[in-house]
Amino acid sequence: MGVVRKRQRLGSSKAVSSAVSSRIMHGKIPGKISSGLPSLSSRHLPSRPNYRNYKKTSKKTFRKNHHPDPAHQAHHPSYPNNVNFKGRSIISINDLTREEIIHVLETARKIEAMGEEKKRNLLAGHVLATLFFEPSTRTRMSFESSMKRLGGKTIGFVDPTTTSFAKGETLHDSIKMIENYVDVIAMRHPTEGAARVAAESTRKPVINGGDGANQHPTQTLLDLYTIKKTQGRLTGLNVAMVGDLKYGRTVHSLAIALSHFNCRLFFVAPESLKMPKTYLDMLAKKGIEFSEHEKIEEVIDNIDILYSTRIQKERFPDPTEYQKVKDIYILKRSMLGNVRENLKIMHPLPRVNEIHPDVDKTPYAYYFQQAANGIPVRQAVLSLVLGALK
Amino acid sequence: MNAGEAGEDEASRKELRPYKVYAIEEGVVIDHIPPKKACDVINVLGALEGDSIVTLGVNLDSKQMGKKDVVKIERKELSWEELMKIALIAPDASLNIIKGHKVVDKLKIKVPAMFEKVVRCPNPNCITRHEPVDTKFHTVSERPFRLRCHFCERVFEREEVSLI
Ligand SMILES: [Zn+2]
Repeated sequence: MGVVRKRQRLGSSKAVSSAVSSRIMHGKIPGKISSGLPSLSSRHLPSRPNYRNYKKTSKKTFRKNHHPDPAHQAHHPSYPNNVNFKGRSIISINDLTREEIIHVLETARKIEAMGEEKKRNLLAGHVLATLFFEPSTRTRMSFESSMKRLGGKTIGFVDPTTTSFAKGETLHDSIKMIENYVDVIAMRHPTEGAARVAAESTRKPVINGGDGANQHPTQTLLDLYTIKKTQGRLTGLNVAMVGDLKYGRTVHSLAIALSHFNCRLFFVAPESLKMPKTYLDMLAKKGIEFSEHEKIEEVIDNIDILYSTRIQKERFPDPTEYQKVKDIYILKRSMLGNVRENLKIMHPLPRVNEIHPDVDKTPYAYYFQQAANGIPVRQAVLSLVLGALK
Repeated sequence: MNAGEAGEDEASRKELRPYKVYAIEEGVVIDHIPPKKACDVINVLGALEGDSIVTLGVNLDSKQMGKKDVVKIERKELSWEELMKIALIAPDASLNIIKGHKVVDKLKIKVPAMFEKVVRCPNPNCITRHEPVDTKFHTVSERPFRLRCHFCERVFEREEVSLI
């Protein structure tokens, strides 16, 4: 960072470490200063120790916690080409490259096809901590079931108020204590970024099971797995996302993940709950084709996947506004007359009223199987970060 | 080496001209600050705390920027964190290092890829607002200047974040 020397003089290289100069040279500007001047004192550059720390932290945390911007990703030459998950934390879908996502999904497929005997011993001897700083029964049960069915054990808590966390211990210190007992940690926390802090506090892999409104990467992976499983591919699909696209964490992550696979995206939402502009900008930058709609009927006949999400009453400052939109976004059997044969309807569950129960018996309904796909996907993630599978 | 020295000297004199008010023996001139941001720069550097001479020029004409501010601080060396803070306020700033009444070096601020410990996350539900965690922001783009919190992953416009 820091500074770009307007003029790089002979003999002044001592003042600028090679690391610094390699970073700043590309911004070099032709200088106007007399070449006879004494060389710059290193005091005026960012001091070396600071710089070293900066380099060190970014390198050390890079593999584990790097989350690339589309813009930055291409500039990281050290980004792994060959996928290796052992010891790595899974914090954000943004940390994963296209190849890495494909590898997790492929591993999940292998686990599903694996013989029972082999499966039962895959993670024998390993212990998973499930740390639920806020309750989420289905996510916790899915992680615990995944671990136990592969022969592993689980310990953990659901209610932090009954543990030492209530006594004002920092998250960092709690994780430092817990890492002595387990091989891998799955955690859910109401505060955004908590999983990243946990991952940076320990050398044991941390799997983010949801951090506030931010990330829930195993949910995104299971969504992708479901799409792949039902459509036979991930690329070039028409995918519609319906409902609360403004606050819906799952749809944000899914849209970003699908941008690796060149899908055509349709965003169906009321005016007040539209997909945020930052996500649309990101998609546009990656050349992804998308459009925004106000009615399901505008897109339903041309899509392969309909991803429905809950519209929560609390999101509307004006209750009449909610009453107005809530019925427009209810998917009913009568709307499915001319849909594609391969259409599958997904929903992260629990649903409230956005999918009418009369849809459940149609061949398009897939939300219950979708939740079941959480098992092989979480098993894949656990096996990969523990190094049981490559 | 000697070719063009005369030209350079002339250029150097020209460069020095705006800084002649209260010539200082040693210090730094921070040039190309966006107009009316000079006070912000002085504040984040705590330049008024000591008894150093501090000169500021506001709304000076600039070929590059139309209008610009310039700050000159006597006996000042900039730390890494101070450079990051300047980069946030004045991403196009240049620094003139003065020694023995002469500009001995010119440096151009470069926006770092990461800002550590200098920016507060505006997201009230970010872990950095609840736990003793050093903040970290990644530069998403320079124009427009956007930063992403390393922890909550939200992207903010420069105007939305505040310095610690
Ligand atoms: Zn944050």
